[in-house]
Amino acid sequence: MTTVDRPDAPPVRTHKQSRNWVGKSIRRVEDPKFLRGRGGYIGDMTVTGMLHAAVLRSPHAHARITGIDTAEALGAPGVHAVITGAQAAELCDPLPDFGPDPAKHTWRCLALDKVRYVGEGVAVVVAESRYLAEDALALIDVDYEPLPAVVDPERALQDGAPLVHDDLGSNCAYERTFDFGDVEKDFAEAEVIVTDRLRWRRSGGQPLETVGALADFDHATGQLTVHTNSLSFTSYLFMVAGTMKIPANKLDIRPVPAGGSFGSKLFATKPAVIAGMCSREVGRPVQYLEDRVDNISNCDHHGSDRVYDVRLAVMRDGTLRGIDIDTVDDYGAYIQFGVGHHGNALAQVVGPYAMTSVRYRVRAAMTNKNQQGAYRGFGSEVNNWMLEQMVDKAARELDLDPVDIRRRNFIREFPHFIPTGNVYDSGDYDAVLDKALELSEYKHWRAFQAKAREEGRYIGIGLITAQERSVFSATEFWFWFDEPGAPVTSMPESVTLKVDATGGITATLYSCAFWGNSPETMVAQLVAEEFDCDPHSVSIVYQGSKNGLPATGPGGSRTTVMLAGAVEGATAKIKAKALRAAAHLLEANPDDMEWVDGGFQVRGVPEQRKSLADIAVMLHLFKHSFPEDMESGLEDSKVFDHPYTTMPSADRKDLGVFYPFMGHACHVPVVEVDIETGSVSFLSYAAVHDCGTLVNPRSLAGHIVGGTAQGIGTALYEEFVYDEDGQLLTSSYLDYLIPSAMEVPELKIGHHETPSPYTLHGIKGGGEGGRMMAPAAINVAVNDALAHLGVRVTELPITPDRLRAAIRAAESARDSG
Amino acid sequence: MKPPPFQYVAPTSVAEAVELLGAHADDDARALAGGQSLVPLMNFRLAQPSYLIDLRRIEELTRIRSAGETLVIGAMVRQSHAEHAPEVALITPLLAEALGYVAHPPIRNIGTVGGSIAHADPAAELPAVAVALEAELVVVGPQGARTIPAAEFFVGPFSTAIEAGEILTEVRVPRRAGGHAFVEFARTHGNFALVGVASVIELDGDTIARASIAMSGVAPAPVRATAAERALTGTAPDDASIRAAVDATIAQLSPSGDVHGSTETRTDIARSYLRRGIELALARAQDRR
Amino acid sequence: MVKHDVTLTVNGRLSTVSVEPRKLLVDVLREDLGLTGTHIGCEHGVCGTCTVLRDGESIRSCTTFAVQVDGARIRTVEGLAKGAELHPLQDEFWDKQGLQCGYCTPGMLMRACEIIEQNPDVTHDQVREGIASNLCRCTGYQFITEAVCAAAARMKADSDTPTGAQA
Repeated sequence: MTTVDRPDAPPVRTHKQSRNWVGKSIRRVEDPKFLRGRGGYIGDMTVTGMLHAAVLRSPHAHARITGIDTAEALGAPGVHAVITGAQAAELCDPLPDFGPDPAKHTWRCLALDKVRYVGEGVAVVVAESRYLAEDALALIDVDYEPLPAVVDPERALQDGAPLVHDDLGSNCAYERTFDFGDVEKDFAEAEVIVTDRLRWRRSGGQPLETVGALADFDHATGQLTVHTNSLSFTSYLFMVAGTMKIPANKLDIRPVPAGGSFGSKLFATKPAVIAGMCSREVGRPVQYLEDRVDNISNCDHHGSDRVYDVRLAVMRDGTLRGIDIDTVDDYGAYIQFGVGHHGNALAQVVGPYAMTSVRYRVRAAMTNKNQQGAYRGFGSEVNNWMLEQMVDKAARELDLDPVDIRRRNFIREFPHFIPTGNVYDSGDYDAVLDKALELSEYKHWRAFQAKAREEGRYIGIGLITAQERSVFSATEFWFWFDEPGAPVTSMPESVTLKVDATGGITATLYSCAFWGNSPETMVAQLVAEEFDCDPHSVSIVYQGSKNGLPATGPGGSRTTVMLAGAVEGATAKIKAKALRAAAHLLEANPDDMEWVDGGFQVRGVPEQRKSLADIAVMLHLFKHSFPEDMESGLEDSKVFDHPYTTMPSADRKDLGVFYPFMGHACHVPVVEVDIETGSVSFLSYAAVHDCGTLVNPRSLAGHIVGGTAQGIGTALYEEFVYDEDGQLLTSSYLDYLIPSAMEVPELKIGHHETPSPYTLHGIKGGGEGGRMMAPAAINVAVNDALAHLGVRVTELPITPDRLRAAIRAAESARDSG
Repeated sequence: MKPPPFQYVAPTSVAEAVELLGAHADDDARALAGGQSLVPLMNFRLAQPSYLIDLRRIEELTRIRSAGETLVIGAMVRQSHAEHAPEVALITPLLAEALGYVAHPPIRNIGTVGGSIAHADPAAELPAVAVALEAELVVVGPQGARTIPAAEFFVGPFSTAIEAGEILTEVRVPRRAGGHAFVEFARTHGNFALVGVASVIELDGDTIARASIAMSGVAPAPVRATAAERALTGTAPDDASIRAAVDATIAQLSPSGDVHGSTETRTDIARSYLRRGIELALARAQDRR
Repeated sequence: MVKHDVTLTVNGRLSTVSVEPRKLLVDVLREDLGLTGTHIGCEHGVCGTCTVLRDGESIRSCTTFAVQVDGARIRTVEGLAKGAELHPLQDEFWDKQGLQCGYCTPGMLMRACEIIEQNPDVTHDQVREGIASNLCRCTGYQFITEAVCAAAARMKADSDTPTGAQA
């Protein structure tokens, strides 16, 4: 079937059996500063002479800007500058954009000529305080010529719809159909074809800290220094320099801790560009922090917003053969990351099931909404939800047990190549399922459900088994095109380790701002494992982009695996030098020496030993004790490239390996539906995850609970709602509903560990799993509660309004039937 | 999201506050209570008063006292204070229960009873309680004090019978016998309710002697469920009669829809919660016998 | 606009600042007093990341003008630890990983402080309902609840220990 010869997989690694630090739930090394209120977030930074910026947002979904009068605002107290979209277009080039054809859907830091969604920036004011800047915003007079808005993605693709981008000529930014495997054969031979139409509406990361930047342009040197809570893709920062029209080597972006991201601070360059542009204009440091309304309406990081028409080819015994997916994704007004979100879907499109073919048609619709960016799962969570709804529906149509149909189709041999060409490196789905059935007390709840039903209670159990891909490769951003503009392949991560003269270790991270994940703890534990030291003794620093090593930063659950590779590589270099030094000092043969408990010693002769501190002090201070060619100091770096990716085939019938470290999970929520109000509550929730070898089990558990809480938001509460005119109806937390402690249940968490054969210690990524599972599981649970009423919910979030409408429809269907 | 500028004064007496309100009428002067509704609106710049008269220093407005069978709550009594005050629990447990639904403790720690009532959010708890309990609202203006029955106080969304130049000073709540219940449906804990139901039901043997029920969130202002009250009064209720009473009121409602619920869904929820409120009040009334 | 003198006792230290009446308490704490541990999240009173204690009771400092709390005692996250020694709540948050990004943490700590001080015997369910006033986007609340319960137990044990009994 394959149209490419698959390159060899990397060598299978042998993992250490006993570990001292990897696998321990140590206290995180990041935490003390946050616990003391000394986090040093971007809003906490202040520098002498700093001014504040505020952005005027469009009240219109779609309108031509016919004039802007800024005179009164410029004269307002404390105002230093007012920059309109037209002026900004002179000062800056368009923003970095990985979209299909940026020349035809050009994205700028402020709108030029026309606004395309409510909240889009129109002008920026720089003033002595945020208060004064906002006062001046009210004095800017903008003339708008309103245009008809297009809000529904399917309507957007029809002829005659208002055009979001005139230059694009339609509202379809991308369309293609891929066939993987023999789709025709699978559907021809299928005994049953299950079809459905599903709708996933947009939610977003909504970290409690918004995006912000503090920029300082030095006219003396031409250097722009930006502190921001969004440093990522260091290798691509030349694009930001391009936007600013400065040489790439005159830009330094420095990270500060982010108060949460969940994807939404991934390469968020707009605030940095706005602050940089303002600083260059006024010649002083300028801080621009989004406020909450900015972040909800103009963050460029809304999540997926998809309509699905799906056909599933199934045999009567429950064997899943193939799937035919036709999806329209509402990208909003711009499309900064292209359809990379669907690469995420294609990485695990068949889930844990041994299906043989996939047809995938994707159309990216442009509408008058804020654009999509990244949100925990990056589109893979939507695929998980879609697939599990289809499997669930198949089980109901074939009258099969939901556990049995899943188990019947599990992949059991690894590595396993799925039809799209991606590989699943390892897994044990039966073991995860078994553990989940036990942990969730599945049988108990089935009995409880039956009994409760007799009492008129609507209990549902939502068992799902789904995939959790980790460590993306760059190919998923360009394999969409036969002739991609920039078929890049580098997505490295780097670490520098320095052993000081006392043997103390400092690790430097690049492009890896703290986001609420645990890069410092991960590196500290990995370094401790390598050097036999206390992880809390390891010092961690973050380096800005200038003079930084190539690095990508968090995203796609890559941080731990990639940092582990970099730590391992840097450690190997340091230990090689330390070994040579120790051998020289002990007048021993390096081949006779081994690393034992924090030092090198002659094998079998523990008294012939040099600790790391012994070696370090000599290397730092006693140059003449060593051979001429040995340099002073003990420091080295590793630029670690993705350990396992392969190129797509020319005909794109095989996309290659692009997301190889495949985690897995089984979630089992038990819900009760109040059919009178359409509200859903939890009676129980169990989650078992397999993310390979765990570095810090409690941190991973924290990600599972936190991700599940966000998944509960996506499933039941959170939605950016635009009305038919494109007005945003949920521009505050009064209407965009984030689950509180009373909406999130206590989770029972189980871990299973199937090591990856290809990574250090067998680690896989696991930062996104909770949100990748929960929406699917909750939807299945709600449908399980109501199936006997003839209710099947196919749209998220499952709000009281949607659920009551479905129940009313089922009631009237029964009445008329 | 920063508030617009305004002038600020914090007088120490009601008379002084009323005088300031009159003197700055042209400045869109407003009284500031706890600010938990007003300050967010100002942060959004949806409200832009240029003169704020903070009532927090007026001692007499911060007291709770009982006058015979009536509980008198100063307008500046903080919600959390009233929620936990023994005399409130004793005389008007319905109010105490409803206060527990007002946003979250950190809001109730500074938000005031008078502030919530004067703000008159159609979804708010306290206006519904005031209507159900037939409370009286005392306002003071240049012409002196006047007392307004709750039924006449709430005029529409965010609109009351307080005239320009007047300040709400007291909420007078009569003691009511019987079982009480405050129930509400909010999409997330502590958020604005879609529907709230405040009920007091008094029994005479097995028969309902008197039922007072008010609903929030279903109309521009809190409404008495008079059709249900009438249907219940004088009957020994059972499931069917309660449902009929509920339906009688629901048939008269047409709550406006929004992003959290269509008219139909809000009506469905109102039906469910009106029944739950009546059932709970009734059960408590029966427990008291 | 006329400025007003506002006198606050913040974490035991008396300060007087001259501010516009519109200045929010959170901005006075952060900008005028340099206490940036209190964060801004939504500026409309929903998320609770700006929570501080006013005379022992939690309030939202983003929906409170500083002039409204003139004369009050304010406690912020900076007042919890005693030098190197973390407050039991801070220590348990660390131990149980009751934080990830740390942004909601100061507000959550102050709210938890109030919950425990008001009820030293607080139950698990009461903690969960109590902290529902504050949003956390990272943790899903489970480990926060665990941490608050553990701190409450520790603080109760400490207060039950007669002074000097440990010596």
